[in-house]
Amino acid sequence: MKPTDIENPEYFHKVVDCQYACPAHTPVPEYIRLIARGRYSDAYMLNWESNVFPGVLGRTCDRPCEPACRRGRVDEEPVAICRLKRVAADFKEDIKDRLPSIPEKKNGKRIALIGAGPASLTVARDLAPLGYEIELYDAQIKGGGFMRSQIPSFRLPETVLDEEVNYILDMGISTHFDHYVSSLKEILDKDYDAVFIGTGAPQGRDLKKLPGREAGDANIHVGIEWLANVAFEHTKSIGEKVLVLGGGNTAMDCCRTSKRIGGKDVRVVVRSPKSEMKASPWEIEDTEHEDIPIYENHSPKEFVTENGKLVGMNFEKVEAEYDENGKRSLKPTGEIVFMECDDVLMAIGQENAFPWIERDIGIEFGEWDMPVVDETTFQSTNAKVFFGGDAAFGPENVITAVAHGHQAAVSIDLMCNGIDVKERLEPGTNLVTQKMGFHEWTYDSPVTDDDRFVVPLADKIKSLSDRKMEVELGFDLEQAYNEAQRCLNCDVQTVFTTDKCIECDACIDICPTDCINFIQNGDEDDLRSRLKAPADNKEQDLYVSSDLKTGRVMVKDENVCLHCGLCAERCPTTAWDMQKYLYNVTKAGKGKEAGKACAK
Amino acid sequence: MSFIRPNIRHPQLPVNDIGFTRADYEGALSTLCAGCGHDSISASILQSCFELSIEPHKIAKMSGIGCSSKTPAYFLGNSHGFNSVHGRMPSVATGANMANRDLVYIGVSGDGDTASIGMGQFAHVVRRNLNMVYIVMNNGCYGLTKGQDSATADKGSASKKGVPNPYSSIDLCETAIQLGAGFVARSFSGDKEQLIPLIKAAVSHRGFALIDVVSPCVTFNNTPKSTKSYDHVREHMNATGTFDFVPLKDEITTQYEPGKTEEITLHDGSAIRLHKASENLDFSSPRSAMNEIEKYKEKGEVLTGLLYLNPQTPDTHELLGTTSKPLNSLSDKELCPGSDVLKSINSSFQ
Repeated sequence: MKPTDIENPEYFHKVVDCQYACPAHTPVPEYIRLIARGRYSDAYMLNWESNVFPGVLGRTCDRPCEPACRRGRVDEEPVAICRLKRVAADFKEDIKDRLPSIPEKKNGKRIALIGAGPASLTVARDLAPLGYEIELYDAQIKGGGFMRSQIPSFRLPETVLDEEVNYILDMGISTHFDHYVSSLKEILDKDYDAVFIGTGAPQGRDLKKLPGREAGDANIHVGIEWLANVAFEHTKSIGEKVLVLGGGNTAMDCCRTSKRIGGKDVRVVVRSPKSEMKASPWEIEDTEHEDIPIYENHSPKEFVTENGKLVGMNFEKVEAEYDENGKRSLKPTGEIVFMECDDVLMAIGQENAFPWIERDIGIEFGEWDMPVVDETTFQSTNAKVFFGGDAAFGPENVITAVAHGHQAAVSIDLMCNGIDVKERLEPGTNLVTQKMGFHEWTYDSPVTDDDRFVVPLADKIKSLSDRKMEVELGFDLEQAYNEAQRCLNCDVQTVFTTDKCIECDACIDICPTDCINFIQNGDEDDLRSRLKAPADNKEQDLYVSSDLKTGRVMVKDENVCLHCGLCAERCPTTAWDMQKYLYNVTKAGKGKEAGKACAK
Repeated sequence: MSFIRPNIRHPQLPVNDIGFTRADYEGALSTLCAGCGHDSISASILQSCFELSIEPHKIAKMSGIGCSSKTPAYFLGNSHGFNSVHGRMPSVATGANMANRDLVYIGVSGDGDTASIGMGQFAHVVRRNLNMVYIVMNNGCYGLTKGQDSATADKGSASKKGVPNPYSSIDLCETAIQLGAGFVARSFSGDKEQLIPLIKAAVSHRGFALIDVVSPCVTFNNTPKSTKSYDHVREHMNATGTFDFVPLKDEITTQYEPGKTEEITLHDGSAIRLHKASENLDFSSPRSAMNEIEKYKEKGEVLTGLLYLNPQTPDTHELLGTTSKPLNSLSDKELCPGSDVLKSINSSFQ
């Protein structure tokens, strides 16, 4: 193999599994260390810079970082990254004076944001401090988008959401709430310099063709609409017997909400096997904790009504079958199951809908009637119109919407400065030794043995009787410290300098996970087959040096490196060094300063 | 800020024939200098015992005093150990071996512990052909007392102090061959590919097995003028050949052309298959071994690998006609057969 190019910003970035998996590339280990040191406000601000809603995400994030976490590969469970983020939000001091200042003198550019969800708010956050005048439109009466309408208060208290939404709205954003934009043309006619569309995927799927759908309409609800009605207190109760159709996170929110506003016999009914439900495992766990049963392999057949009122549903039991390629098909068994109910909530998916966008204003629509949007610049075929969040490529999650918002803001800023939106700057990176002295590093290099700490929950009886009472209590400071110490500090990289190595083998001998090898070079498959310990996780790179004096090369399997620093500790010539790698996605207007911000 | 080895290991560590992973053969974290050759030798001993699938409690680690003699703390943490007096490891090992002949005895010593204060003990344990592996971690200096030249430092070699050593050096391999050892080898801490099969073969050899391992002292003796530095040894190392250790359980099936490849069956039925660097080498001849060693020495080079092997030498137990069982497995009656037996023994000497 060729020597690894560690100058490529993506090489070490990939070693920081959590940060790499995060759509917004939040520097996770860095903020976890700040939490361990009790610097909650600093940890919060580091998050805020990157993901804008630490308090919200610390409770509701889809956590792509956690399945990626290295600890999950060497230990039973990953670090509770998401809930540590919440710790930063819960224990921070007043940070208002640390928010960016908003210039009194504007730069003369006007931007319209359609939809007040996480994507639009991120664009606002990035552009307002640069002097842009921003106008925000949303059909709801308050900002937050789906974070407000879809996520129940027992998972995300309103105060937390309000606080983080207001940090942005207070940046001098002109808001037009309770204002449904029914024509993009009208907006474009107002001569904005750019328009950002972050309207989400607002249409919940229905079962229009199922028999009885019309007759039972009064008690059949589309999940996301129903959740919004509960959030805005238009709906205050539900029948005692509730069937929730669907196996995603919305279904989990629907059933748990039902249980809090009158539902007694609440059931989740899923077509697929339980193991293939789309909901996050922890949300399924929370649902089951509240004694809500999940019926798998039940395909809806019919809404059953009596005298024009819904009385139940018929389901046909199915069996999952898999073909040679592992593709699943659900085979009907012919067995019909009747379940009584007063209300049905359909949480079987969401779709995009752009009835308000005229098709003759230069915005091309492609497959599934989705706008054609560039995946890097988020620009549509109308140069002034940008899309982000669920509106761009279909339903994802909050953190993805934030990542889109940052990139769209970069594009808008470039365009408004007359620069090609494709001329984007590389991320700001920084690699600095962490050695302080003999056996002394700036980070806590020892690896703790603790298992993942469980977040304490509120009393079940109490929380089920109050829709607004938060179920999760969050870590206390001691738990937070101990959980933070489980982090392996993967951003502290093992950097190898070939010229300094005397091939004494000390690093090989000390490495607790047998990552390091000095062997004859070969191609990747050959090298992997000859390493000291199995190296079959090809998603993880091999770090290969240039030729050493003996003609061999150093090959390190990044897969299970604990970043404990023992190789550097035992290296007599500092050929190994532990160096902290910071990787900051370049934000709007920060191109030139990104490197500096990193060095801090 | 501390120096703590994590408890986490590679999740797919290979398992040996008796169900142990390499981690089961680990000891405490080394406190030697970073980059010390001794740590590599420790790792090689560990690896060899893992590969040989020896139960850790069937091994006894014996040592004297010195940097080298500290190392038994750093490997085989589940085995027996005795850190004895300076230069007196052979006596303690002899005693232990007499009491329990069923254990694998791995003696670890240094050039000071063996060639200076322990020279007499060393000479006699070789003569008695005690069934043990005797590993010398040879760095040519007294690392624990700030790097004075030791008795194995080559004449003219200079350590960190910069003064060339005026004295002739003791060659432990030649000494051992001369005194009748059955297994003599030399290796280098920086060459595990050679060292590990050597240790495995030495463990399987019955009788005294010496491996003199050049092990650079990074702190005091890894200088450009030292003949025991990493660079010097790498540049001047010549192996007698390479070999595969074939454990007893693996049936020997491959046939080799005679000449450069030679197969020697050890006492326990396992074998070593030698791929010799030269056809002229005769591992069964002390004279050939001495000649070869001296030949390379004259050129300023180090000859490594297996130097001499005679698998059929009788060990101490055989020489003394001792009991075939460990003493701890004998009953009181066997250990103390009574006055009548004593009387008959005494009378046999009259």
